[in-house]
Amino acid sequence: MILPYFIIIPLLTTFLVSLIAGKKDNWAIILSFISITSLLILSLFAFITMKNETVTYELSAWRIPYGIIIVMDALTSFTLVMVSIISFTSLIFSIQYIRHLSMSWRYYALFMLLVTGMNGVIITGDLFNLFVFMEIALFSAFALVAYGSKAEEYEAAFKYSVMGSVSSTIILIGIAVVYSSTSTLTMAKIAEVIPRLNQGLVFWIGGLFIAGFGLKAAIMPFHTWLPDAHSSAPAPISSMLSGVLIKALGIYVLIRLFFNVLGAPQLFTKIFLVLGTISIIIGVLLAIGQWDLKRLLAYHSISQIGYILLGMGIATPLGILGAVFHLFNHAIFKSLLFYNAGSVELAIGTRDLKKMGNLTKVLPVTSQTSMIASLSISGIPPFNGFFSKLIIIIAAMQAGLPVYAVLAIIGSLLTLASFMKVQRYGFRGENLIEQAANKIGWRMNTAMIILAALCLLTSLMIVPGIKEITLDPVVKVITEHSQYMQLVLGR
Amino acid sequence: MIIYLLCFVLFLVGIYGVLTKRNLVKIILSLGIMGYAANLFIVLVGYRNESQYPIIAEGAKNAPMVDPLPQALVLTSIVIELGTTALLVVLALRLFEKYSTFDITKIRRLSG
Repeated sequence: MILPYFIIIPLLTTFLVSLIAGKKDNWAIILSFISITSLLILSLFAFITMKNETVTYELSAWRIPYGIIIVMDALTSFTLVMVSIISFTSLIFSIQYIRHLSMSWRYYALFMLLVTGMNGVIITGDLFNLFVFMEIALFSAFALVAYGSKAEEYEAAFKYSVMGSVSSTIILIGIAVVYSSTSTLTMAKIAEVIPRLNQGLVFWIGGLFIAGFGLKAAIMPFHTWLPDAHSSAPAPISSMLSGVLIKALGIYVLIRLFFNVLGAPQLFTKIFLVLGTISIIIGVLLAIGQWDLKRLLAYHSISQIGYILLGMGIATPLGILGAVFHLFNHAIFKSLLFYNAGSVELAIGTRDLKKMGNLTKVLPVTSQTSMIASLSISGIPPFNGFFSKLIIIIAAMQAGLPVYAVLAIIGSLLTLASFMKVQRYGFRGENLIEQAANKIGWRMNTAMIILAALCLLTSLMIVPGIKEITLDPVVKVITEHSQYMQLVLGR
Repeated sequence: MIIYLLCFVLFLVGIYGVLTKRNLVKIILSLGIMGYAANLFIVLVGYRNESQYPIIAEGAKNAPMVDPLPQALVLTSIVIELGTTALLVVLALRLFEKYSTFDITKIRRLSG
């Protein structure tokens, strides 16, 4: 039974790191590297072997109405693979980067705690358990945003933690409403009871959850914390937050709750549609005016999350396919862009696009991979971003929503414009920079090259033959709403 | 019914504080009040009128029991809130070291 190990391995590593590691970080690095590698192998193994199956595990052998269960289906293992890939590269990238901030083991303990929280949120089948793991992930995220100990970082961390606490309180009230109306906290049981409930109550529950988890996902009206927190954090943490945290805590939970538990009511998919489109347009408009590279990337996260929501809002199988595919792709290219920003910051000590110049000589790997990532995010074939955006736009046309499709295309063009600005001023500017303050080591380069290769390789997931074993099971879990409840309860 | 309304008023007091207060410490306290309102609401959800504690003991009345699960949930969420508050207080202290003020309008190095 491999299910509980997704929580046990990182949690155990957190304790071992804080127990064993001395003053230096060598042991902490070795331990966390072993644990992240085993998580990556486990999640890939789970994703490949359990295609259409749903496996459950009862904690301490307590049966479903009494105990907590953890559930693994295609959507779960797909998201776990995403989290593992990004945390693997992020850890490799951190080894050199974080030594410039401190030599402490604390970073690795917090990092593993962040992974624990995200894995827990993804794998759990119990609503309150989800809340607890979400808080674990958020705690470590707050602490890691403030890790650099600069004034701006404390400011961003305070803002983030106030917003995070408000949204957690709203989610807690939502959980209380769910419990009072269904008398259970197991998500599959809730899904069984929900159709018999008063529809007004379902709208209350949905509204509370959209407000709570929407804030975690940084959907447009709830986005204000994201640019500060994601641009102030150390670069590997920015890539964890932007790449996977907002998806694991925000989008994944929204998909699970609204499609599998509440059964995708029309009203809420419409809300996703509208909020997603607003996020696409306003996020990219705010991004285009930024001159701070990391801040620009953070605003683009809001815009790209909008594409995922738009795909979810269309709610046809093709739209869901696009949303799920874009979820994975965005994790890869946005993390890569944050690594690029981090290595530029380390090498020449600035994030201001106006102060950067031609970096092709000093940072060859960084400038090449940033080109790949920029093409990928702006949707240029043959990179992965093109295919997922294309699917979402085609799905919008097929579903009879041409206005949304046009808005999505406009958002994509504006994204292209803002990344041309990044390349024009930032990486391929006029004044050639001859020397860097710090050298970029092979570990940071490896992390960037892995993700740049994945930018190309993941576009293969849409090829017929590979699509049937990678994306289709995930789409099937989401589109067949009540299947989740039946499979988990074993009926 | 009146007790649910009072609970909602407590929540509104908390959210009013978060939105309008300028002092970091007052914002943290308001977050605490919001959390209390949520916890109180969960306990109220499990409460039944004219019922007794959920322990089967000798000599206990044969009456309906209150739901013990929300009480367990509230214990967990109180502990989580303790952690959040401690982290927020530490962040506020560090902000005070950097900016020498608790006034949120003067802590503005990050642009909108």
